[in-house]
Amino acid sequence: MPIITYGGQSYRCKEQESVLDCLTAHGVTIPSSCHAGLCQTCMMQAVNGNVPASTQQGLQSTLAAQNYFLACTCYPDGDLEVTLPMSGIGSLLATVVEISPLNAETICLKLSPDLELPYKAGQFINLYKDDVTSRSYSLASVPGIDEHLQFHIRKLPDGQVSNWVHHELKVGDSVKISYATGDCFYLPEKPEQNLLLIATGCGLSPLYGIIRDALLQEHRGTIKLYHGGHSAKSIYLINELESLSLQHENFIYTPCISGVNVPHGFAAGRAQDVALQENPDLSGWRIFLCGHPDMVSTGKKLAFFAGASMSQIYADPFVIAHPQKTSQ
Amino acid sequence: MSLYEKIGGEGAVNAAVDIFYRKVLQDDRIKHFFDGVDMAKQASKQKAFLTVAFGGPNNYSGEDMRKGHAHLVKQGLNDSHFDAVMENLGATLTELNVPGELIAQAAAIAESTRNDVLGK
Repeated sequence: MPIITYGGQSYRCKEQESVLDCLTAHGVTIPSSCHAGLCQTCMMQAVNGNVPASTQQGLQSTLAAQNYFLACTCYPDGDLEVTLPMSGIGSLLATVVEISPLNAETICLKLSPDLELPYKAGQFINLYKDDVTSRSYSLASVPGIDEHLQFHIRKLPDGQVSNWVHHELKVGDSVKISYATGDCFYLPEKPEQNLLLIATGCGLSPLYGIIRDALLQEHRGTIKLYHGGHSAKSIYLINELESLSLQHENFIYTPCISGVNVPHGFAAGRAQDVALQENPDLSGWRIFLCGHPDMVSTGKKLAFFAGASMSQIYADPFVIAHPQKTSQ
Repeated sequence: MSLYEKIGGEGAVNAAVDIFYRKVLQDDRIKHFFDGVDMAKQASKQKAFLTVAFGGPNNYSGEDMRKGHAHLVKQGLNDSHFDAVMENLGATLTELNVPGELIAQAAAIAESTRNDVLGK
């Protein structure tokens, strides 16, 4: 009989009993609804042990790659240690290696973790100012390219953590961070697929990582990035992205300005509008949307209506001032 | 062979879900019910609905349908909205070239949830 470990307790899973049934029978409450592997309410993550592939059916592939599964259809072959998504992702210390400006309001923070921190470009970590105040920041760095963890952090007017990073944090300081999590990253499953990436502000952080990760993994489809801001001042990494597009002919970079002053070299309009005008048929494309929550939600709809499959849309909305997933 | 197998099983659900959900979200009669809803989570619910309508494996009870839609009934969900969803279901299956008699069977299953969904 396989043993299911959850929250530090171990439970015997009877034959013909799903992980959900087993935990429920022992008085553990796991959110659930359809009990048939459809609604995904009971999604959990296996942190130890293997789950049968059948219990990952219908999950976003980036979730399946992180051993997420549906507890109601999981009949384990062996012992499993499971958690609910996002619960207790653990923390470690990291040393500040560099803080450099990207533009007037955004810096690039480089950290060196004291322990090994496995991650994929585009995932996020929580950065703790103190034990109770943390914000989520997305990884712009790529394992295999960059030595240190990198984050683009914009200063928000009342941002407790962003102001601390901008004004108080110094090279050599030790900070507490969580392990990396999130399902917005690149998987090399379809190297011919076209990728459309839309960012506003420092939503570029995860996308800069994802693009370089895709190119490192020899993605062959077209990769189009639209980075939007109100004025030319809010666009950054222009030189780096232009030189990346010179090195890789399948990478196309379009900076977009939504304000009235549009200098030469920039497209006029909001990033998601320019992207959709230039790419009206997105059937078969993989889409990444990161940045302002309004852009992400309208961008999702526009991309979906333009033919992208819901399962191929990855998003990282930067929700402001929410205790769990707060960002830049 | 069950209706679910005749329509094409999980593959058919996967093919139908994007088409169906796109229609629902663009339907002026019902799209406001989906404002502010997480689209990816909602897509898996649409998938669950299609699996039910296709006679596929599910454990939904009438009570689940009532609970799941009670907040929408409070917002005014009524027969006209249910009719709109039925229309979108039919149009989706027609677009996928599902034979008329199978569409009628799927529609009958979906129709059987009407009272529970509308909290009657």
